[in-house]
Amino acid sequence: MRTIKQINEKIKKGQVVAVTAEEVIDLVAKQGIKKTAAEVDVVTTATFGPMCSSGAYFNIGHSKPRIKLGGGTCKLNDVPAYCGFAAVDIYLGASALPDDDPRNKVFPGEFKYGGAHVIQELVSGKDVRLEATAYGTDCYPRKKLETLINIKDLNEAVLFNIRNCYQNYNVAVNLSDKIIYTYMGVLKPNLGNANYCSAGQLSPLLKDPYYKTIGIGTKIFLGGGIGYVAWHGTQHNPTVKRRDNGLPVGPAGTLAVIGDLKQMKPEWLVAISMLGYGVSLAVGIGVPIPILDEEILKTAAISDEEIYTQIVDYSNAYPQMVAESLGEVSYAQLKSGKIIVQGKEVPTGNLSSYTKARKIAIELKSWIKKGDFLLTEPVAPLPGAESGYTFKPLKERPI
Amino acid sequence: MISKRIVLHFPHRLVDQPIIYKLVKDFDLEFNILKAYVTPQEEGLMVLELTGQEENFEQGIRYLESSGVKIQPLSQDVIRNEAKCTDCGVCVPICPTGALVADPLTRKVLFYDHKCIACELCVKVCPTRAMEVRF
Repeated sequence: MRTIKQINEKIKKGQVVAVTAEEVIDLVAKQGIKKTAAEVDVVTTATFGPMCSSGAYFNIGHSKPRIKLGGGTCKLNDVPAYCGFAAVDIYLGASALPDDDPRNKVFPGEFKYGGAHVIQELVSGKDVRLEATAYGTDCYPRKKLETLINIKDLNEAVLFNIRNCYQNYNVAVNLSDKIIYTYMGVLKPNLGNANYCSAGQLSPLLKDPYYKTIGIGTKIFLGGGIGYVAWHGTQHNPTVKRRDNGLPVGPAGTLAVIGDLKQMKPEWLVAISMLGYGVSLAVGIGVPIPILDEEILKTAAISDEEIYTQIVDYSNAYPQMVAESLGEVSYAQLKSGKIIVQGKEVPTGNLSSYTKARKIAIELKSWIKKGDFLLTEPVAPLPGAESGYTFKPLKERPI
Repeated sequence: MISKRIVLHFPHRLVDQPIIYKLVKDFDLEFNILKAYVTPQEEGLMVLELTGQEENFEQGIRYLESSGVKIQPLSQDVIRNEAKCTDCGVCVPICPTGALVADPLTRKVLFYDHKCIACELCVKVCPTRAMEVRF
């Protein structure tokens, strides 16, 4: 029907037809697949939610005299960064915590500050305190460094998230008689609430379920700047059960993404504290889906009514690695505000901001329409539904 | 009849006085305690829903003020920092009074502060800590 090259020509001429993944649902309902596929060039998808496997690497520049942080220690606003690299490269994980954070010693811990907060402060342009120690060598004699750093002075500041953008996710409930504190939020006892975490009909990998257009090298909206899909994300699990429409019925594909942190904005990289669990980073991601044929449009136009996921007990089944579903619900049911679990009406809450996802989809659409954002051909595909690639549990062996 | 939710601050000298009892006996007001921290020798705090005839209500409030109790309307108790809220909605099922609601159309999280009983469950549950307590 059309190629990415042709779409890019239209983008350059300002003639491209781009709509959001929400708008395309109404269009297809009104005028059918054929007519819509003939009209629409690009569908923009988006998500904004907590993504713990996020982080950023920095090259801080060489001090005078030189210091080699590799093999030493390095803290940013008291949060330890990984420095097992060369002299001045460090990596800060979103969930890292200061050594003196009480964690869950007083339960449930509050986790007020961690790696994600440092990342958000850097992106906001705030100075951050760097304190490092090293063992000293002939070529890198210095053993101690204490300085303020600012993102604008760093050589590289790169967001590199090894697992983002989950294709579908569990609904978390609590069957026990005690309140529990999880990465899916606070879960009240005896099915007091049901928390989910997906943008549903706006979510990138749910709109391209077989990864026909999203692959390694795909250019994306990342944290308000430009990013790329670097690889499939960790725990990528494309071979899970799918419905007839191709949609996985539970957590499936994931993306590893990378982009220049200096371009990003604190509005789209938000540090969060999960009570009793830890620190995480809410990341805003937008992915364009080129409508290359009618099949791609068909899945891009799937609505919340047709996307299903599993209800999982986080008091026992999840922590104990018991594969057990309490039932299936659609995102339309979840968004209605209540679902029925074991005969009981349970109020629902989303951890992922649909409002923010919608804003990202609209923003990406406007970038494309203005000619600021050209699409890329993936350079390699992600492992697909037929690849045999799976997400394995750990096999523990005696040492 | 009127019914209002108010926050009362008792200076420590009043903590052992039967203030609420007087509201009932002298002013014929009904009360429902939504929250209370009352410790001898310290300032006490009580969140009340107070119901009664308008005239009695006003006299009751005047009595409280003249006894040295500081009064503030409840809506000032829990506030939302709009800059921090991402409209995720994880607070919605936690809120016991329906003061936090996800708009079905826009998916924005609405905060009806007149429904808030200041239980503060949302304060720690909020991932961005956008719900703040103000006294």
